[in-house]
Amino acid sequence: MTTETYEDAPGPADKAPSQALRKPGPDASAKHRWRGEGVVLNVFSHGFLIVWALMVAVPLLWAVWSSFKTSGDILSHPWSLPTHPHAGSWSRAWTKAHMSRYFINTVIVVGFSTVGTMLFGSMAAYVLARFEFFGNRFIYFLFVGGMAFPVVMVLVPLFFVTKNLGILNTLPGLILVYIAYSLPFTVFFMTSFFRTLPTSVAEAALVDGASHTRTFFQIMVPMARPGIISIGIFNVLGQWNQYLLPLVLNQGNTDKWVLTQGLADLSVQQGYQGDWSGLFAGLSIAMLPVLAVYIVFQRQVQAGLTAGAVK
Amino acid sequence: MRHGKYRFIIGFLAIPVALYAVLVISPFIQDFQISLTDWSGLTPEKHYIGLDNYQKIIHNNLFWKALWHNVLMLLIVPIVTLALGLFFAFMLNVGGRRKGSASVAGVRGAGFYKIVYFFPQVLSVTVIAVLWEQIYNPDPDNGLLNSLLGDLGLSSLQQSWLGNPSIALACIMAVMVWANVGFYVVLFSAGMASIPAEIYEAALLDGANRIVTFFRVTLPLLRDTVATGWVYMGIIAMDGFAFVQLMSVNNGGPNETTDVVPLLLYKTAFRDNSQYGMAAAIGVAMLIVTLVFAVLTLRLSRRERIEF
Repeated sequence: MTTETYEDAPGPADKAPSQALRKPGPDASAKHRWRGEGVVLNVFSHGFLIVWALMVAVPLLWAVWSSFKTSGDILSHPWSLPTHPHAGSWSRAWTKAHMSRYFINTVIVVGFSTVGTMLFGSMAAYVLARFEFFGNRFIYFLFVGGMAFPVVMVLVPLFFVTKNLGILNTLPGLILVYIAYSLPFTVFFMTSFFRTLPTSVAEAALVDGASHTRTFFQIMVPMARPGIISIGIFNVLGQWNQYLLPLVLNQGNTDKWVLTQGLADLSVQQGYQGDWSGLFAGLSIAMLPVLAVYIVFQRQVQAGLTAGAVK
Repeated sequence: MRHGKYRFIIGFLAIPVALYAVLVISPFIQDFQISLTDWSGLTPEKHYIGLDNYQKIIHNNLFWKALWHNVLMLLIVPIVTLALGLFFAFMLNVGGRRKGSASVAGVRGAGFYKIVYFFPQVLSVTVIAVLWEQIYNPDPDNGLLNSLLGDLGLSSLQQSWLGNPSIALACIMAVMVWANVGFYVVLFSAGMASIPAEIYEAALLDGANRIVTFFRVTLPLLRDTVATGWVYMGIIAMDGFAFVQLMSVNNGGPNETTDVVPLLLYKTAFRDNSQYGMAAAIGVAMLIVTLVFAVLTLRLSRRERIEF
């Protein structure tokens, strides 16, 4: 159904809508009807909206305020606000539970793998989008096909491939795996992005004697910045939150663990030790920085993540 | 300009293609090969045993149970998530009371709701699963949910949630819905924002109420976005690994009532005597199920595009 066909329909829709709205009469009563119905429905819908907002926000707030309570307090009054707020559980989680080390490991892994993903992904995408050569389509579909299959399926062979390469249980190994598994979507998205950019600027640069490599880094990358930022955010969050790959490929030395592993372990440990406030502090450490970044850059984050869903 | 073109192409493709070939494609191919062997951690060499592993899987009740849980997730989680996402997005973008001449408006505070609803999307599945494990704490006084029910005078509804075999899976699916609704609110909001206001005005003048407007105008025009969302949700539901592994009692318990195929694969390979051959075969079975889902989805969603 197009706009045109809708306006071709008989009835009040024939009139230019903005004019029709100003006229009194049956049109206005239609609007009133919507209003009248609106009061009940508004209360109803606002109720739902508020309930869902509370359902999302309260558990997160609960984790943070519980981290300032003592474990005994959490057990006896799970809902109450901290009466004597103290941050002891935070330092416990940060140092004794090694959340600081996991945090730094995560920053290192995600930093390198995101930069690597965007660099290699954009390079491959640029070549695939802009140059004709034998095998172009084949390589493109090889990359894009990777979006279709579940990663968990290849866990066993992947474990042995990384073991044979000597990168099992190492941070560089994790970085390389993250990059490889982020390439399908990055190449897919960036290829279509580079296709939308005008060719004239790059051609002018080539005529002026710039090499292909120089044209790419000095002209195409700056032009492609919006796409790179969107997919970069997508990759940062995806890799920051990765759990399955480190669980299998980085299980050896706890010194090399990333945040999600540390948190899962803390959750198990707490079952033995009863350090509930330490667990909530660990949760807050894993949660608050990401939420803070999101609140500051929420427009970009929402655009980056939903860019993944728009074909 | 032709000069150096191929050197440039090879130079730019070499590293990404090499990484991808070694770490993604070669494991993918090896998986089929390993699935035909009896390879376990106990024997260094592999023996080819044909399709034995597949035969064992077909006769393994645990596999069918786990697959059934994935299918349940595949049916229930996307429907509930997308329905809630559509409902909230409609309220936030179209459902508001009209003021002045604006014919399409969201409710007040729509921007705020969109930010809050999106929170779980930026958090890792690990954070969400560990947090909800605490919320579902079975103790009638400790758990957030149980103590809330107690305070409301609904003690009879208090549960051991994840420990109760008949509702454990539903509890986990509820968290999956909770975690993903916000994404679809934002996605569908973007879709609804691109529907021209005149279409809504025309519907309004025709006397359509909001429910009719939703089903006759908004939903048909959002078909493509909803189909994409369905595929995304399907992928999440086909996985379920982290949620179940972290939240369920005893990795897929109680009594395997929450086990899912990816978790079964993980346990087969890395916990139960390193049955790598069998785990690889489960991986191939998963691929087949995923492909069936993809083909069915494409079949169902193939219709002519609506342009506006």
